[in-house]
Amino acid sequence: MPNISANLAGIKSPNPFWLASAPPTNSGYQIMKAFDAGWGGAVWKTLGVPVVNVSSRYGAVHYKGNKMIGLNNIELITDRPLADNLREIEEVKKYFPNHAVIASLMVNTREEWHQIVKDAQNAGADGLELNFGCPHGMCERGMGSAVGQNPIALETITRWVMEVAKVPVIVKLTPNITDITEPAKAARRAGADAISLINTIQSIVGIDLDNLVPYPVVGNQSTNGGYCGPAVKPIALNMVKNCALDENVRLPISGIGGIETWRDAVEHLLLGASNVQVCTAAMHYGFGIVREMIAGLEDFMRQKNFETLNDFIGLSLPKVKHWEDLNLNHKVVATIDSSKCIGCQLCYTACEDGAHQAIAVSADKSIRTPQIIEDNCVGCNLCSLVCPVDNCITMERRDDASLPAKNWAELVAQDQAPTTFNDQRGGGVGHWNPTPKDAWDKRKNNR
Amino acid sequence: MPEYQRPLTVAEYEQNFSQIKPDMTATMAYNESARCLFCYDAPCQQACPTGIDIALFIKQIHTGNLQGSARTIYNSNYFANICGKVCPTEVLCEGSCVHNHSQNKPIEIGRLQSYASQHAIAENIQLYAVPKEKTKGKVAVIGAGPAGIAAACELSKAGVEVHIFEAKSSPSGLALYGVAPYKITNQEILEEVAYLQAQFGFSIHYNQPISSKEQLAKLEADFDGIFLGIGLGATNPVLANTQNWANVWGATEFIEQLKTDFQKVVIGKNVVVVGGGNTAMDAASETARMGASSVKLVYRKSKEEMSAYEFEYDLAKQVGVQGIFGLSPAQLLGDSSLKGVSFTNEKGETVEIGCDMVVLATGQQKQTQFLSQIDGLELNKQGKIVVNEQFQTTNPRYFAGGDAVNGGAEVVNACAEAKKAAQAMIKTLFS
Repeated sequence: MPNISANLAGIKSPNPFWLASAPPTNSGYQIMKAFDAGWGGAVWKTLGVPVVNVSSRYGAVHYKGNKMIGLNNIELITDRPLADNLREIEEVKKYFPNHAVIASLMVNTREEWHQIVKDAQNAGADGLELNFGCPHGMCERGMGSAVGQNPIALETITRWVMEVAKVPVIVKLTPNITDITEPAKAARRAGADAISLINTIQSIVGIDLDNLVPYPVVGNQSTNGGYCGPAVKPIALNMVKNCALDENVRLPISGIGGIETWRDAVEHLLLGASNVQVCTAAMHYGFGIVREMIAGLEDFMRQKNFETLNDFIGLSLPKVKHWEDLNLNHKVVATIDSSKCIGCQLCYTACEDGAHQAIAVSADKSIRTPQIIEDNCVGCNLCSLVCPVDNCITMERRDDASLPAKNWAELVAQDQAPTTFNDQRGGGVGHWNPTPKDAWDKRKNNR
Repeated sequence: MPEYQRPLTVAEYEQNFSQIKPDMTATMAYNESARCLFCYDAPCQQACPTGIDIALFIKQIHTGNLQGSARTIYNSNYFANICGKVCPTEVLCEGSCVHNHSQNKPIEIGRLQSYASQHAIAENIQLYAVPKEKTKGKVAVIGAGPAGIAAACELSKAGVEVHIFEAKSSPSGLALYGVAPYKITNQEILEEVAYLQAQFGFSIHYNQPISSKEQLAKLEADFDGIFLGIGLGATNPVLANTQNWANVWGATEFIEQLKTDFQKVVIGKNVVVVGGGNTAMDAASETARMGASSVKLVYRKSKEEMSAYEFEYDLAKQVGVQGIFGLSPAQLLGDSSLKGVSFTNEKGETVEIGCDMVVLATGQQKQTQFLSQIDGLELNKQGKIVVNEQFQTTNPRYFAGGDAVNGGAEVVNACAEAKKAAQAMIKTLFS
């Protein structure tokens, strides 16, 4: 049986699945229900300055019948009295001594930070998470993402916290920034124990075309909100990777962003996260969603013979390079399995209109399976992405694998990279393109 | 000419009995599993007699954890692929899918269940850590039907040595010998049983009927407990075949012959099937697919009072079976051979229907004669074995489940009851 116990900067939990600081962690009731359902830890909805919320608070991106692939919120930190939250933290810890309960915090002055850190620790929190990421409602008051976007402010406040912290301190980063490693490095300089990322992304999910008001609609107005859910996973994965690879960060990472299934969690871990935090999936499906994640993680580890999480945390990092390091000799082309093809011809139109005109359809309209024009195929693999049939289009290696790799960085160093605009060493030289007149002819022939 | 010709070869047989739930491809499974909403407290799970966590196994198919999906199913029901194929999903899980309420097609739960479990069977995946040495105790199981095998799996998983005594030469009882051939192939049934046996390590002794008091005494001496998975007996002889005419069948016996050796089955041209339950529907459908020119299904009450599921009746009608209602069987008619059946209608008048083959789907008898030999074992007024909530009989060393207890239900009910009985046996006999 694989061991899925987790450890983030010394904060232990029976598994790596934590709930993120959000509406699902608003109350001790919810957190205890979650632990019963199998979650390993929870970060309390941010405790801090008093707030008042609006109605409504959420908008979503639905895509072709799939609800809520992205969720947008304009909700603020907790609006419950601090005393209630502290009391409930203590109670939850009494019933669940081995689960991680983290207090997320957001206040203003050094005195306030000192006081709330002590309060949270006295209540029994296993760790603290500093909210420098809330991208609406708090940043206008100089907190949340206003701090996260300002490495100097972030370092200052984190130092204040470290002056009195007795439990591990996690700094939560906002993605609304040009280079996420900057605040991450600031957290390290301040002595933080870990970072968590990403918080939500500033966004507008859509507009009510009857009232011309963006969602979520508050009367006849709206504002931008924080975007999360499956749609943001790629942003999160990239930022986790950046922090994991930067030699001046070197902090344990709690991965947040678009985690709904075991696969999503494993992807975060492979790019360097020591555990994961989930919000949107729990809001969408309830705490029961964790049972698929736990089973999937265990089955993955079984199949790969990983005994502990450490056996594979960060295992994909060595494979992520700078673009200039990638092997230019690696060549693949698309192949279509005609026994599987259903004749939608989406690959044809994607390549013809959207890429390199390397797929042909038959003049005989009764033959629906397209053909790859290998000489023209650059191996971009767009067709394989649009094809709706599992394993119908695959990419096959065409270069001689025995040849040594050659990358752009080496080409430049060896003075072999194209430099002038019509340089014969350019990538597209010799590649056939239809002429503009060919498009005109096609229109005339109605094909 | 009838729609179906009598099948002479295996290929023709498979054509006549083409599967109504064909296997899914990976793409089909991916797309269909995407439609599942992952309901809270899913109605499908509540409708399943074995309580499979359906929303979970479907999600696991979708996220590419086929092994996990199979495990989720087998955790609750050992006949995973078989039930996926033969369960009346229309009135169980799929019938309760919330999509029905928005007039969308319900999720094809049965086919998805088969997709996941077939992966485990084909790859022979060891889903559980089963103790190789069974030292916890010894249990005898009478009958290698769904109940007997489910009990054997559960007991073996806990480290109990299990010996199944099966009168026939093949396992799985009515799943093999009774289920309509267009629902599942014999091969698939035997493959799943073989997979279970290899994984859990119980023994099946074929051609070893247990019928006498002496045999029972020996079991009681050699084993710590006994599970009765004996099912039901012969068809109720509602019409006496005093002249011993050919082509007068009990439905159970007819279907068994069809499943065992279809080439030996001779169908009349004009068939009358008596009964209104699911077995009658199956028998009617099967005689039509075996080449009968006309098949009349005759039930003594009204169409609304038929106990058969609506979709089973539809299946029969689709192959040309004609339903006739309100006629009670009176007697067989003929001279040197069967010529017809006479019925009595609601008014008391005699109605004769000509035929050269009769199939009586009028229920199976209980095996009371055998059961009366077990000391202290009570049967209720209908001859069903009396059990408590733990499926323990009134003789504390005997537990029971399946048709012998519930009077004749689905494969899935037998699996559910046997698992509970086995869990109770483990608690009461071995702890």
